[in-house]
Amino acid sequence: MASLITCPHCGVRPKEEFAIRGDASRARPEPLAPDDAWHDYVYVRANPRGRTFEHWHHIAGCRRFLVVERDTATHEVYSVVDAADFARRAEG
Amino acid sequence: MRYSAFSIVRNAFSGNLNWKPHWRQPQPKPHYDVIIVGGGGHGLSTAYYLAKEFGVKNVAVLEKGYLGSGNVGRNTTIVRSNYMLPGNEPFYEFSMKLWEGLEQDLNYNVMLSQRGVIMLYHSDSQRDAYVRRGNAMWMEGVAAELIEREQLKKMIPFLNYDHARYPILGGLLQRRAGTARHDAVAWGYARGADQHGVDIIEHCEVTGIRRENGIVTGVETTKGFIGCGKLALAAAGNSSRVGEMADLKLPLESHVLQAFVTEGLKPCIDHVIVYGGGHFYISQSDKGGLVFGAEIDGYSSYAQRGNLATAEHVMEEGVSMIPGLSRVRVLRAWGGVMDMSMDGSPIIDRTSIDNLYLNCGWCYGGFKATPASGYCFAHLIARNDTHPVARALRLDRFARGYAVDEAGAGPQPNLH
Repeated sequence: MASLITCPHCGVRPKEEFAIRGDASRARPEPLAPDDAWHDYVYVRANPRGRTFEHWHHIAGCRRFLVVERDTATHEVYSVVDAADFARRAEG
Repeated sequence: MRYSAFSIVRNAFSGNLNWKPHWRQPQPKPHYDVIIVGGGGHGLSTAYYLAKEFGVKNVAVLEKGYLGSGNVGRNTTIVRSNYMLPGNEPFYEFSMKLWEGLEQDLNYNVMLSQRGVIMLYHSDSQRDAYVRRGNAMWMEGVAAELIEREQLKKMIPFLNYDHARYPILGGLLQRRAGTARHDAVAWGYARGADQHGVDIIEHCEVTGIRRENGIVTGVETTKGFIGCGKLALAAAGNSSRVGEMADLKLPLESHVLQAFVTEGLKPCIDHVIVYGGGHFYISQSDKGGLVFGAEIDGYSSYAQRGNLATAEHVMEEGVSMIPGLSRVRVLRAWGGVMDMSMDGSPIIDRTSIDNLYLNCGWCYGGFKATPASGYCFAHLIARNDTHPVARALRLDRFARGYAVDEAGAGPQPNLH
């Protein structure tokens, strides 16, 4: 794992300041969506070997949720954006 | 060749030139009744029990690396059956009983050492929780003992009993639990399966699963296409990758777990000791090295290596429990890829494809389950029927609302 993460708000920080929440690519279903959709959202994971988007929480910094794109095999980090920007980008 | 004291003497007289390899190195046949993907502990024990107990002998085990190169050679060798939930405890106790007869069954020394596993408690509420767990074990017919502080001091004098934050008040002991030599388990099962006619094919990576009319007809591999009647997946940390080849969507995340071993010491730790203030566990190998580990690193990873911050955290936990550890030098650290499930419990089940069977989700508890996992998986493959002790470990339990969540952490794999 990369030792340093570039937080869009705080700059370059050691990764120990962050808590990793998990897969950020899943989209939350509508409240009344069928059980299957909720099952997939809550329990099923793509679990890729390679590039993945993850929610990281900068708990010892700005306390913002971020989305980190990294590789699960090489641990290389490609990008770090604020989760709100990530969501907006996904919508737009 | 049957192993015995006599065979050692006889081979000594012939200069030890006549020992045979444990298993053959066969070329794959065009078709098998059952192909098992994954030559780790679970794949090999499945093959062994399929051939020996269920009479299915036309079996191949495909391993992408060398045999035992995955988690079966990367764990901390602990075997125990001190679980709490009714869906888990009978299964792990079945495994413990198989462990107890394994060396005679395999005619192979797996160095099973029933030295006892003790889990420490540090508060009154934690004591209550362990009493409850001990009672749950007794309900399934498994002996558990609560060891109070004074008795524990006589058993294990070197613990940090008066730690300011985590004073040690006692522990829950399972005397029948202990350790086994992990590599020997893989080799023993491989030799046993081989003797019953199973083809163990190493350096043969599965690259695709061929399907026709909704059923599996065989696998594409780096050694060509191999046909099969039934396909069984036991790919541990790579289960999602292999499952993807058959369009399975699995409730798994792959995480890295580290383990450590120190320089060799004179015998000093007689039990497996589990810290209650964290997740630290430690035992001493027969070579003298202290073998220990703790939590997973907390992020999904397919790399068989961990992170220094986690290593530091593990050492801190160890030293807080056994201050003398700070003087011991660590020799090696390594990582294994864990197939973390969404409730911390494993999956042994059929899939939506009729002749495709699934064994995964072992989290970091797979080693102790090796015999029962293989037995129950073989039972399922041979008879298309779930073994009674594996009834709770179904793939659809999440959808049905019957998760077996020992830690009560919910679908957060990095917290199990």
